[in-house]
Amino acid sequence: MASAFLPALGRLAVCGGTHGNELSGVYLVQEMERQRKEKGDGAWPIPVTTVLSNPRAVKECRRYIDTDMNRCFSRAMLSSPITDSSPYELQRAQELNNLLGPKESADAIDMICDLHNTTSNMGLTLIHYTSSDWVTLHICKYLQTKITKVPVRVLVLDFQISDAYSSDSVSKHGFTIEVGPQPHGVVRADIYFIMKEAVDMTIDWIHKFNSGTVFEGGDMEAFKFIKSIDYPRDPETRTLTAAIHPQLQDRDFCLLKRGDPLFLSFSGETVKYEEEEPLHPFFINECAYYEKGMAFHLAKRLTLTIPTVQVQKH
Amino acid sequence: MSRVAVCGGTHGNELSGIYLVRERLKRREDGIEPVSVVTLMSNPRAVQLCVRYVETDLNRCFTRAALSAPVSEHSPYEMIRSQELNALLGPKGSAQAVDLLCDLHNTTANTGLCLITHSDRDWICLHICKHLQREMASTPVRYVHFDIPLDEAYSLDSVGKHGFAMEVGPQPHGVVRSVIFSAMQEGVQLMLDWICQFNSGTLFEGGSVDVFTMVKNIDYPRDPRTHMITAAVHPDLQDRDFCLLHPGDPMFLSFSGETLRYKGKEALYPFFINEAAYYEKGVALSLARKRRVEIPSVRSDTRR
Repeated sequence: MASAFLPALGRLAVCGGTHGNELSGVYLVQEMERQRKEKGDGAWPIPVTTVLSNPRAVKECRRYIDTDMNRCFSRAMLSSPITDSSPYELQRAQELNNLLGPKESADAIDMICDLHNTTSNMGLTLIHYTSSDWVTLHICKYLQTKITKVPVRVLVLDFQISDAYSSDSVSKHGFTIEVGPQPHGVVRADIYFIMKEAVDMTIDWIHKFNSGTVFEGGDMEAFKFIKSIDYPRDPETRTLTAAIHPQLQDRDFCLLKRGDPLFLSFSGETVKYEEEEPLHPFFINECAYYEKGMAFHLAKRLTLTIPTVQVQKH
Repeated sequence: MSRVAVCGGTHGNELSGIYLVRERLKRREDGIEPVSVVTLMSNPRAVQLCVRYVETDLNRCFTRAALSAPVSEHSPYEMIRSQELNALLGPKGSAQAVDLLCDLHNTTANTGLCLITHSDRDWICLHICKHLQREMASTPVRYVHFDIPLDEAYSLDSVGKHGFAMEVGPQPHGVVRSVIFSAMQEGVQLMLDWICQFNSGTLFEGGSVDVFTMVKNIDYPRDPRTHMITAAVHPDLQDRDFCLLHPGDPMFLSFSGETLRYKGKEALYPFFINEAAYYEKGVALSLARKRRVEIPSVRSDTRR
């Protein structure tokens, strides 16, 4: 197979606490900063910047103070004028864009890993905007071979970069490392160490790539976001009238077929999946999505073909 | 026992109790003869915002001191509310208080269903526990005791003549899990069934109940300067609530990979392992002693 020759990657930013109550990332950034103090820049084989994205939300152990930071990085939000009454997160997003970007410019940092936790049983899920960034897809492939304690899956969103609203869209190559299940406001050792291994293996891949290793291409499985489904709600009060059905709870990325149970109402009735097309549910019962009107998302499974890659020699 | 209260949303993000209260109010389940049941939402503002509390933890506002402190409109919301609830369901310690107060809670810890009280010789609570243990097939049911005198008991359940928190876990805060909701619903129904049977003169045979009495709390290891935690609960301890912890057993795993072990001299039973709300209270887990308590047969006095 013909290789794609790609430029070496310069610097990686590891961002935790974009949501202040997703604690594995908060403590991983804390630990990396401790390692840097102890070993200096030699702590890692490549240049790494660590960032606590939303320090005020971290201090209060809340998802956000004024507005969800991970929706503030679209081109429109990053260029909107800031006043004293602007939401804290919008100001902070523009600060991060100056630090790590500017987004869509030649000066933007090469790669951002944005660290997140979910209450959903998603194992390790790597989330990207596009299905054509060979660098990030190769990293996912590498993580899939190296990490065996939990399923490692790839989710693609297929947005235009300018519309992409999350912090990982600031860099030239960016992705989100999402690990679950973990309650918000809690750090579980098993989940923390999975996230740590994902970051360590990402750094490992970049170092190997920059040093000339050839990474074989091939086919890989990915999931593409199609749509979201909300909870059944009371028409007047908008409160939930049902919870995720026990047979769907914790079964992220299974295949949902027509007639399968979706919800069990608080009065005992089952609501079923009525659509023809079998799809894969994920972010099943994510705490932060109740207020966004989402009980779970649905995805199609697809096969991506990626070329062999190696670093461009100067 | 003629008056029972079922309270949910004492913490506004513990959702099973909140949805159970809403469901009971929708179905107008109160008023089952021969017992009258009041169902209410303890902290409506916190429920609306889906936060544990707005200004201060409501479930720490029921000591005699807190209930008799002067309050104004500048007082914390929960201090005002606790006095309102005491007027409605109490007054605590008086003859007018509800006979039984069941306060619904969830925890991120893997506790199963626990009845938590400040007394280890309340035969009503102990018999209800025994009844739930017998009837609930798929959920472990345990009795947890905090040895505090009534005046210093700080939780809502201490307002009733008899009372307990019904705590069900694991469930993340801000999330409702169907099986956890169902377990809580079943627990409440069995409790009400027991009360009806008791009121009709049924004799409940004595026996014994294992009681877990809280001995001490253990905090996370913390950085002395920043106070941030430096370790998580060890994977060998995580989710193992009520499994005996021996001296030398792993307790914490630091973020840099070192194991920290339990240094106490006495083997104890850990519970509330890794509860989200306790990080700010400096509690990683609580430790309890277990002992078998003998309970007498009970029967209501139906002579009139």
